[in-house]
Amino acid sequence: MSTEDTLTSENPQESAPSANYSEIIYNGLWKNNPALVQLLGLCPMLAVTSTVVNALGLGLATMVVLMGSNVAVSLIRNYVADAVRLPAFVMIIASFTTCIELIMQAYTYELYQILGIFIPLIVTNCAILGRADAFASRNPVLPSALDGMMMGLGFTVILVVLGGMRELIGQGTLFSDMQLLFGDMALHWKLVVFANYPDVLFAMLPPGAFIGLGLLIALKNFMDEREQKRLAAQKAQQGPAESKRVRVTGQTAS
Amino acid sequence: MALLRITSPHTQRAGRRTSWVMLMVMLATVPGIAVQTWLFGWGTLINIAIAGIAALLSEALILSIRRRSVAFFLKDYSALLTAVLLGIALPPTVAWWVTVTAVAFAIIFAKQLYGGLGNNPFNPAMVGYAIVLVSFPVPMTQWVGAHELLASGAVPTFSQSLQAIFQHLPNIDSYTMATPLDGFKHKNELSSAAAFSSIDALQLPSLSSWLWINGAYLLGGLMLVWLRVITWHTPAALLAALALMAGVFYLFDPAHAASPWFHLTTGAAMFGAFFIATDPVSSCTSNRGKLVYGAGIGILIYIIRTWGGYPDGVAFGVLLMNFAAPLIDYYTQPRTYGHQKAKKGLKIGEDN
Repeated sequence: MSTEDTLTSENPQESAPSANYSEIIYNGLWKNNPALVQLLGLCPMLAVTSTVVNALGLGLATMVVLMGSNVAVSLIRNYVADAVRLPAFVMIIASFTTCIELIMQAYTYELYQILGIFIPLIVTNCAILGRADAFASRNPVLPSALDGMMMGLGFTVILVVLGGMRELIGQGTLFSDMQLLFGDMALHWKLVVFANYPDVLFAMLPPGAFIGLGLLIALKNFMDEREQKRLAAQKAQQGPAESKRVRVTGQTAS
Repeated sequence: MALLRITSPHTQRAGRRTSWVMLMVMLATVPGIAVQTWLFGWGTLINIAIAGIAALLSEALILSIRRRSVAFFLKDYSALLTAVLLGIALPPTVAWWVTVTAVAFAIIFAKQLYGGLGNNPFNPAMVGYAIVLVSFPVPMTQWVGAHELLASGAVPTFSQSLQAIFQHLPNIDSYTMATPLDGFKHKNELSSAAAFSSIDALQLPSLSSWLWINGAYLLGGLMLVWLRVITWHTPAALLAALALMAGVFYLFDPAHAASPWFHLTTGAAMFGAFFIATDPVSSCTSNRGKLVYGAGIGILIYIIRTWGGYPDGVAFGVLLMNFAAPLIDYYTQPRTYGHQKAKKGLKIGEDN
């Protein structure tokens, strides 16, 4: 797993917290975004993002599980033997998933029915196990909680954007059925962008999700490239540094 | 396209440029377009015009975003050919936005995002067709009915076709009917004989109109073979495989299967065999490979027509075999002159 590599190389000592909070936030939301860069949790992402409300529901559920499991894993990180750590993590994640499943069953029953199997399947979302193993098991509670939240938020944002794209292209509406998640106050949130819109089934089927995700990834790469070019141009203007060691492998700092 | 005839001395290449080949393919569709216009009214021509404009605009847009020479790539007519093929494949009274969606998707996603002409793994026209077929199933099945129309000679006029495409023609339902393949697909429990005597779409005027269309595309296709724009391998293998599949099942179960003649003369059999499957970019290159590729499409067409969810299977058959084309090429490399037998793929550390 690429995250593990980068993170272990960043944190050579197990107990030393990589307590740079702004870096954790930047990693989760942009640089190491679970949906756009790590491409983890593709199965729920492609299957349920047909509308904003589905995407938001699953995103929030994943975020809660991710935060909870990160905190729990971080708490037990010094008491679980290395050999059994993965089963232990999976048990923790499964308990949190069961909790969120029961909560959704109690409060948002219709959404629970729409999302169906993909709520229990949060257990198998690699992003969660990946964060537990790569980050939470080597960091204190607070950074772990923040990491879980930011990774979950990054995942949710991409899910919602993808859901919005697919809902807009597929049905010509936005925020339909938001009352499933927010109760009666959201009854009139539905935004009919195009009236008399013929349903584009393709956007609502999984192939449309693949193409939408591809476009989002392309957009991110494009923005990163432009930012790099801008930085390079800035550097060139400032002139070369005094001495420069050439590195041809690995990630170069700065 | 130009690969077909490139051999030294290269002076003989004169005239066989991409644009010439594309132009010849477009010209070869003229008999088929003429027959479709005669049978279905002006819809096909209007579709082709809309598709052509949309194709050129989207190609120019993407080329300028990709910072390529716009005029140079527009002049190779490849975008226009995609538009012509799509305009033919879409139903004649389909709304204009369906055509525009199909063409824009074909050019932008299936062709330019992969790197433009020569780099697309899938046939752009069929990708566009499949997208709109999946997205808008209802308008895509409304073909102009030839049964009563032909009998009374009341083909939609130019203005009626225009109205059907740009607004909603109120009596569109009286003009449309199922194609023979659609009718045969939905015969449900009827036996073949009962279906052919009771279902509208399977009556003689409907069948013979599709026979005419397929005959016209066969004529155009043979012209292309004669001009050596395409080789005979892919279409022959496709049609033979389709006929063989149909023949075998017809022999065993004549009460429910349709005859090979029916399969060869309805739907997009000839059009697909000569104009779609022979796309030089996304199909196989070696002659043996072309035979395998064409046969695969023929078998898939029969399978989709008979047991699949769609009445015709040319688009999906071609797309599925496009997936397989690199693998087929890998295993059907011809013998290199001076070598004992063909090398199958890369053999590192060995040299024969």
